[in-house]
Amino acid sequence: MKIAVCIKRVPDSETRVKIASDGRSLDEAGVKFILNPYDEFAVEEALRRKEKAGAGEVVIVSLGPAAAQETIRTALAMGADRGVLLQTDRIPADGLEVAKALAAELKDGGYDLILFGKMAIDDYNHQVGPMVAELLDLPCVTAIAHLDLTGDKKGGTAEREIEGGVEVVEFPLPAVLTADKGLNEPRYPALKGIMAAKKKPLDVKPASLGAGGLELVAMVPPPERKGGKIVGEGPAAVPELIRLLREEAKVL
Amino acid sequence: MDDSLYFTDQHLQVRDMVRDLARQVIRPTARRYDLESQFPWDNVKQMADLGLLGIPWPEQLGGAGMDYLSYIIVIHELAKVDASHAITVSAHTTLGTSPIVDFGTEEQKRRFVPLLATGKVLGGFGLTEPGAGSDAGGTKTVAVDRGDHYVLNGSKIFITHAGVGEIIVATARTDPAAKKTRGITSFIVTKDTCDLAEATRVGTGHDPTLPKCPGVLTGKKEDKLGWRASDTRELVFQDAIVPRENVLGQFNGGFRHMLHTLDGGRIGLAALALGIAEGALEECLAFTSTRKQFGKAVASFQGVHFALADMATEIEAAKHLVYHAAWLKQTGRPFKPEAAMAKLYASELCMRATIKAVQLHGGYGYTTEYPVERMMRDAKICEIGEGTSEIQRIVIARQLLGDLID
Ligand SMILES: Cc1cc2nc3c(=O)[nH]c(=O)nc-3n(C[C@H](O)[C@H](O)[C@H](O)COP(=O)(O)OP(=O)(O)OC[C@H]3O[C@@H](n4cnc5c(N)ncnc54)[C@H](O)[C@@H]3O)c2cc1C
Repeated sequence: MKIAVCIKRVPDSETRVKIASDGRSLDEAGVKFILNPYDEFAVEEALRRKEKAGAGEVVIVSLGPAAAQETIRTALAMGADRGVLLQTDRIPADGLEVAKALAAELKDGGYDLILFGKMAIDDYNHQVGPMVAELLDLPCVTAIAHLDLTGDKKGGTAEREIEGGVEVVEFPLPAVLTADKGLNEPRYPALKGIMAAKKKPLDVKPASLGAGGLELVAMVPPPERKGGKIVGEGPAAVPELIRLLREEAKVL
Repeated sequence: MDDSLYFTDQHLQVRDMVRDLARQVIRPTARRYDLESQFPWDNVKQMADLGLLGIPWPEQLGGAGMDYLSYIIVIHELAKVDASHAITVSAHTTLGTSPIVDFGTEEQKRRFVPLLATGKVLGGFGLTEPGAGSDAGGTKTVAVDRGDHYVLNGSKIFITHAGVGEIIVATARTDPAAKKTRGITSFIVTKDTCDLAEATRVGTGHDPTLPKCPGVLTGKKEDKLGWRASDTRELVFQDAIVPRENVLGQFNGGFRHMLHTLDGGRIGLAALALGIAEGALEECLAFTSTRKQFGKAVASFQGVHFALADMATEIEAAKHLVYHAAWLKQTGRPFKPEAAMAKLYASELCMRATIKAVQLHGGYGYTTEYPVERMMRDAKICEIGEGTSEIQRIVIARQLLGDLID
């Protein structure tokens, strides 16, 4: 089983982000970066598949700044075999450019499975996985919460949680899958893994990126929430509430 | 403290992992273990699997092969959320395992260290006796030479892991005629865990193939103010039979070994105290910035600013003392006074900071709904265990005065 997992370095959801002075990027000073949590599910799933098969290779691929090597090391510490960083100072706003660079790297890798997180928690785009599948002409199942592979490396079944039910999808290998929460419980990197990760190969090469069709023009923080209003008490307050919901909040 | 002063990328990776574990697994369960005074077997098993019970020991001995700073980072991070978990790792590692690594023969290391480093069994250190606390040289436990084995009689008190542990390094008098501190020897004693069912269930804490010494008994469990999830008990030797090959280190040199072990242990305890204090500060920041009185967040009052600023400043000072002492030890430099100073300062700060933390939480801080009351209870023992604050001052003064007096 040869599995590639594409991961992204993202700001920790617990850090309070600030917009930089250029008005279109994040001020990275003091921001802690982590392995995108959805990608963590993908890494864990790849490791479990390899462990179950008893043989194989898990390759971590990331496109990002030099510091993303640390993010790749985290995945290596969890147990992945080697890493590739497609280095760039700035991750393009256009997901298609990221997908093209990743697809070029993955194309001749001979992977049975290519895993992604269903989205990155910084840009919420949900794009790169399916785009890579399309560029490589592979079947793609997004946001999977459960995975079964047949023993013969020919295909598998994935489950997606959809509104009000579960969708069961069959696919042949090789395939591209994107991971949702619930797929598994990612492991903590053991100290032995952290030690071993130091010695695992990590290949760094420049990412070749096109200009892309999108330009990030501005980033704006959400408007501050205003304080609530108590319009009265008991049934007597209902007409006033309705009036405000209709005329001020304009939700009715 | 600038992270890059002492820490490599690998240290930060270890810190991130333990921080996640502490927040996600230990913090949500700590209160229940404390309330019920239960040893946290499930969490100990997980810590063992992650390699946290053998951090600084070589890989050939089953350890993680990391450095001493990594170990200190782990104690510091665990204590931020729960001191009982931190002392479990610390007592097992510095008190239980390090004497065997430091003074054991190759054969003893090969036999005992892998079991301890992998967390297969838990270890401890039996020094304190009812009549020999601060005055540890006053050991009354005796060991009598019977050829291929020794017979031990006596009792140890307040021993961390005397119940759950299976390998305990204990001191006993081997030369009744010698001057107080001279005729003491260390022994590796083995016994079955008192919690066989739990140890078997989680798969850590018991090795049926490890030969046990008959006559080593576990006494009553202490009902404590703090560290309630840590196992503290009496350890009784009743005609206990300890094989000759379990004599640890130099015969009649046990007192010196013990002092060496405690010197290192102090840095660990200092890191633990620092962790409690820092955890308490984090709780205070979260609470005072959300709790509103007089129409404002409590944290917006200047009186509260001063309290938070003082706490943070003292914590920063303690951090430097702790990591500097750890760095001295790691790099093979003398560290005795620095370790005692770190322990003294961090543990007294920890008490002050946690009392302040309860105060800043008002009535909420006095209830078990918030962890600061537990932190305050957990803090006190840091001024007592592994040498009281008074004893630390004696150690420091002795280093200062040296041969000038006596
Ligand atoms: C939770 C817990 C866990 C422990 N774990 C272990 C363990 O794993 N292994 C182990 O061996 N021990 C352990 N201990 C024991 C601990 O190390 C001792 O309690 C400690 O060293 C103090 O000894 P003592 O209790 O006999 O107090 P004492 O020595 O009787 O002290 C009483 C008071 O007198 C003061 N005092 C004593 N001598 C002097 C002096 N010369 N000058 C000034 N003041 C002095 C002390 O500072 C203290 O304030 C543990 C204790 C506790 C509570």
